[in-house]
Amino acid sequence: MFKKKGFFYELNKNKIMFLMIAPTLIFFLINSYAPMVGIYYAFTSYDFAGGLFGSPFVGLDNFKFLTQSGILLKLTINTLGYNVVFIILGNVVSIGAAILLSEVRGKLFKKLSQSIMFLPYFVSFVLISVLAFNMFNADSGFVNQLLKSFGLDPVDIYNTPWLWPFLITAFYLWKNLGYSMVIYLASIMGISDEYYEAAKIDGANIFQRIWYITIPMLKSTFIILLLFALGSIMKGQFDLFYQLVGNNGVLFNVTDIVDTYVYRSLKVNFDIGMATAAGLYQSIFGFVMIMTVNYIIKKINDDYALF
Amino acid sequence: MDDNILSSRVFRMMAYLIIMIFSLLCLFPFLLIISGSLTANESIIRDGFHLIPKVFSLEGYEMVFIFPTQLIKAYGVTIFVTVIGTLVGLFLITMAGYVLQRKDFKYRNHLSFFIYFTTLFGGGLVPWYIMLTTYFGLADTYAVLILPGLMTPFLIILMKNFIKSAIPEELFESAKIDGANDFRIYYSIVLKLAMPGIATVGLFLALTYWNDWFMSSLFINDVSMYQLQYYLYNTINTMMFVSQMATGTGVTLGRDIPTESTKMAMAIVVTGPIIFLYPFVQRYFVKGLTIGAVKG
Repeated sequence: MFKKKGFFYELNKNKIMFLMIAPTLIFFLINSYAPMVGIYYAFTSYDFAGGLFGSPFVGLDNFKFLTQSGILLKLTINTLGYNVVFIILGNVVSIGAAILLSEVRGKLFKKLSQSIMFLPYFVSFVLISVLAFNMFNADSGFVNQLLKSFGLDPVDIYNTPWLWPFLITAFYLWKNLGYSMVIYLASIMGISDEYYEAAKIDGANIFQRIWYITIPMLKSTFIILLLFALGSIMKGQFDLFYQLVGNNGVLFNVTDIVDTYVYRSLKVNFDIGMATAAGLYQSIFGFVMIMTVNYIIKKINDDYALF
Repeated sequence: MDDNILSSRVFRMMAYLIIMIFSLLCLFPFLLIISGSLTANESIIRDGFHLIPKVFSLEGYEMVFIFPTQLIKAYGVTIFVTVIGTLVGLFLITMAGYVLQRKDFKYRNHLSFFIYFTTLFGGGLVPWYIMLTTYFGLADTYAVLILPGLMTPFLIILMKNFIKSAIPEELFESAKIDGANDFRIYYSIVLKLAMPGIATVGLFLALTYWNDWFMSSLFINDVSMYQLQYYLYNTINTMMFVSQMATGTGVTLGRDIPTESTKMAMAIVVTGPIIFLYPFVQRYFVKGLTIGAVKG
C-alpha cells in the first residue's frame, strides 16, 4: 500500500509522533506565522472599521514618513547602540566576575555571592521601575539624599536625558550579570585541572594562568553567546526600557528603541499602520543581520554556524 | 606551593573584595525597597529614602492589607495563569522535544527549523495584537494570558537537548522491540528519566508567567483580571497620580494615603514569593543554563 517511502508512508508509520508534535506546530503556525499576513497593515492607513483589507492602501507612505522624519534613523541608532554596549559590557563584566569567582576558595562565600548576583534575574521588571523611582526621584530619591548630605545640589534625574544611557546600561548589567556569569562559570569549571597543574610546574603565575588558559578556554562559550546576541541585535530589551522610562517624553531622544516606539504607537497613539511599518522594518533589518552574520561564520568556521 | 606566592595571594584578596562589592551592589536596591516599605510616609516625604528607616512604621503594609480584595484577586490570577500555563506548556514542550530528538523521525530537522525560524523573522507586535483581539476576540480573557506564553523555541530546543543527554538512544529501541508505542515510551521513560530537565524548563516557564505584566498591559482592561505584576505597576501609577494631585491642588487626598511607603510595601508583597522560593529553585536554573549553552 505504501510502496514509495514518501510523506504519507512516514505519516502512517509515525502517526503517534506526528500527533504528539502537532499541537506545537499548530501553536507556532497560529502564534508566529499567521500574524505575518498582517504585515500588510504597514502599507495601509489602518482604520478599525476597514480591518485588514478594507483600509486604504497607501503604499510606502508609512515608511516614507518614518525615514523622512528621522524617527527610523534615531530608533535604529538607539536600538543598535544599546545592544552593542550591552553585548560588550555584559560579556566583559560577566567573564571578569566568573574568573574572580572561580578563584575564590571559600565554599560558602562562593555559593552565597553567586546566589546574590543571580537574584536580580528572577525579579520582575516592574520591580525595577520601583527601584529606579526609589533611587532617582527628585524629591525623596536615595541619590539626591546622598548628594544633599554631601552638601551638593540635588539633580532631577528624570529630567536629565544624558544620564539615562548610563543608568539603563547599569540596570541591564545588574539584571543580567548573574545569568551569563553562571554560564561562564560552568565553562571554567569544565576546564581540566591538569592544564593548571602543568602551568604551575612550569612556573606560570596566576595572571599567566588566567590569560593563557582560562580566557582562551572561554572562547567557544563567548562566541556562542555572541552569535545569539548578534542574531537578536535589532530586538530591544522592551521590558527594561519601558519600565525605566515609561511615557516620560523628556527622555525619548536617548532612550527610544524600536520596541518602545511600536508599543506606544499601538497603545497610546493607535497608529496601526505606522507601528506595523516600524515593526516590519525591525524584522527585516534583524533578519538580514542574522543571515549575514551566519553566512560569514559559515565561511570562517562551520562549527559555530547558527543553522 | 604556588598558592603562597605573593601575587596569587594578592589576587585572591582582590577577587574576594571585588566579588563582595558586586554582591553588595546586587543586593543594595532590594535593601532600599525593604527599608522604604518600613518607613513612615511622612518621613519619606521629609527625609527621603534611606538604607535604614529614619522613622519606623508599618503603615505601608497596613495600607496594602486594608483593602486586600484586589491584591488577592491579582494573586489568584497570577497563580492560576502560572500553574495552568506551566503544566500545559510543559506537556507540549516535552512531547515536542521528545519527538524532535528521535533519530527515526524523518522530518525532525525540517520541523525544528519550522520552529526555529520564528526567532529569525516575524510579523511584529501589531499584526499579532490585532489578530488576537480582532480576529480571535481574546481581549479580556484568561486564555490570552496563558496561550501565547505556552512555548518558546528556546525552551523546546533546551528540552530536546536535555532528553538527548539524559536518555541513551538504545533505550528507545529496546522499548520499541518490547512493543511499547511512541507515546508509551514518552510517558514511561522520558517523563521519568528527564525529570531534572523537565523541572528546569518548568521553572523557566513558571518564572516568565509569574513576572509577566506585558500581556495584562496589552490585552486586559478589566482591573479584576490584572496579573500581579501589572497590578503592582498600576498601583504605583495610581499612587503617583494621587500624590501629584495632592501637591498640585492642595487636595489632602494624598495625606490620608501613605503613597510612598505603600508603593514599597506593595513591591515587597508582590516579589516576596520569588525571593522566598529562590534558594530552593536556583540550582535548577543553573543547571538549565549550563546545558542550554550547548548548541542545539
